[in-house]
Amino acid sequence: MKRLGNNRNLTGLLFVSPWIMGFLVFTAFPLLYSLFLSFQEVKITTDGIKTNFVSFGNYEYAFSVDGTFVDRVLKYLEEMVISVPIIIVFSLIIALLLNQKIKFRGLFRTIFFLPVIIASGPVIKELIDQGITTIPSIEQYAIYQALNDNPDGFFNGILLYLIKNLIVILWYSGVQILIFLAALQKMDKQIFEAAKIDGASNWEFFWKITLPSLKPMIIVNLIYTIVTYSVFSLNPIIEHIQKNMFKVDTGYGYASALSWIYFLIIAAALAIAVGVMTVKRKKKYT
Amino acid sequence: MQTKTQQVNKYYLKTKRMFLGMQGTDGLLYKLLIYGLLVGIGFVYLYPLLYMGVYSFKSLDDLLNPLVNWIPTQFYTGNYEQANKVLNFFSTLMETLYVTVLPALAQTAVAAVVGYGLARFEFRGKKIMFVLVLATFIIPPQVTLIPRYIFFNELNILGSLSAFLLPATFGQGLNSAIFILIFYQFFRAVPKALEEAAQLDGAGHFRIFFTIALPMALPAIIISFLFSFVWYWNETYLAAIYFGDALTTLPLQLQKFVATYQQMFPAEMGVSGGNQLNEGIKMAGTVLSILPLLIVYFITQRWFVEGVDRSGITGE
Repeated sequence: MKRLGNNRNLTGLLFVSPWIMGFLVFTAFPLLYSLFLSFQEVKITTDGIKTNFVSFGNYEYAFSVDGTFVDRVLKYLEEMVISVPIIIVFSLIIALLLNQKIKFRGLFRTIFFLPVIIASGPVIKELIDQGITTIPSIEQYAIYQALNDNPDGFFNGILLYLIKNLIVILWYSGVQILIFLAALQKMDKQIFEAAKIDGASNWEFFWKITLPSLKPMIIVNLIYTIVTYSVFSLNPIIEHIQKNMFKVDTGYGYASALSWIYFLIIAAALAIAVGVMTVKRKKKYT
Repeated sequence: MQTKTQQVNKYYLKTKRMFLGMQGTDGLLYKLLIYGLLVGIGFVYLYPLLYMGVYSFKSLDDLLNPLVNWIPTQFYTGNYEQANKVLNFFSTLMETLYVTVLPALAQTAVAAVVGYGLARFEFRGKKIMFVLVLATFIIPPQVTLIPRYIFFNELNILGSLSAFLLPATFGQGLNSAIFILIFYQFFRAVPKALEEAAQLDGAGHFRIFFTIALPMALPAIIISFLFSFVWYWNETYLAAIYFGDALTTLPLQLQKFVATYQQMFPAEMGVSGGNQLNEGIKMAGTVLSILPLLIVYFITQRWFVEGVDRSGITGE
């Protein structure tokens, strides 16, 4: 019996061994190596890569000298705080709509999943350049003009950003709709009928049953949204890292430091987002 | 008097029922709201596509004429001819398929194997491995990019397909973690009975995997392959760095569209119009670069949309 157990143990390891090898070679080692590089000044010479230990020099440089990086990180954080909740709420609404008994459901689904297909950096950039991504002829409205006249206020800034980028934000939400929709379709229809018999309205049903049961999916979507938003190739921070990678005076060492700082920021953002979600959940049930 | 109020009441109820419905979901008002929202939001997604389509058929005269808005005066295909030349469409398309289909296949295959291993077997360190699989999803590619670049440079595979294929084959490709999770969830949801019966009949683990588990996993395989394909297709950041000038993809060509155009059709001094790059040509280029994906999507959309329910993408 024990032999059999060992055997299964080994077979299991055999199945996952490609991943373990790949992880060590293509992820774990590069991760450590880039951490090592981030503390070095890297020079590429004819006989290979020369490194020179500079302690936290690269990190200090990022925060004290390189103004662009700090600016872009702050802007990125601000935009993320606005965009991510909108993407989540919006994709939830669409998933709820698509989950209704409606005509042309297939057609609507086909349209709403288009962003999954088309969302590549160059295409979106082309669309933004053409001005297709703002609400058509918004400039004519008085609200927009009033906002545009004093863009310094906090709420004005947010509103302006929203108006200008609404369509792009919505274009990020393809996969999230898929995930919500799949979860909604798995929900037990009997609960709905039971609640109906007890006299619950649709409104109550949504807040008291649908939403709480979707909470794990909201967290999944939150993580997915933050990650994809952060690694999207149009993200200005990523452009900045890439630019520094091939610059002579900064090079691989500094770019590594930047990517590590960025990684830590993303990790912190994820931790905060997931933390907020779980704290709220505990409160609700006590 | 009494009957009159009753009458009014009856009509009131009837109209109320018509607009708000019996149960709150079948009223006219409710339906109007839902369809209104669906059409409105659908328009937001279709608008850029429509815009692209229309502008790509506009000749220069139409573009300059403020009266021509949504319907071009003539069916002008000159933009496509030029965009086709700039993108070098067919050879680029073949190259794009080459660098997207193969890694997508490799990634799907390895995700199936690893997902099966995680779902069906217990081994030491499984929990740790699970956490690591999830962790690979949140590591931004930029962090591992530089060491991988140096590493690939030493292996001399920069500028070749191996730079994409090798990580994919070992489960470290684009979003590999998601595909492993999809297969993990799928295999966990499938009853073990069939496999146990085969085991009693003396079949080995690998034979069971290939002859029983894998054929059952067809929905998961298809959806993994499609997403993998789309994500590799749309990946321009890594492709630009790993492939350099050796290999190109349609999105990469689109990125360089303006530069390539100016190289191919140098602007003649003093002559306005004619050779100038205009919106129509740019839009034609954009349409061409997403057209293959759109076609794939419309053929396979049943799998994108409905496969998700069956492949257990959400888990429990």
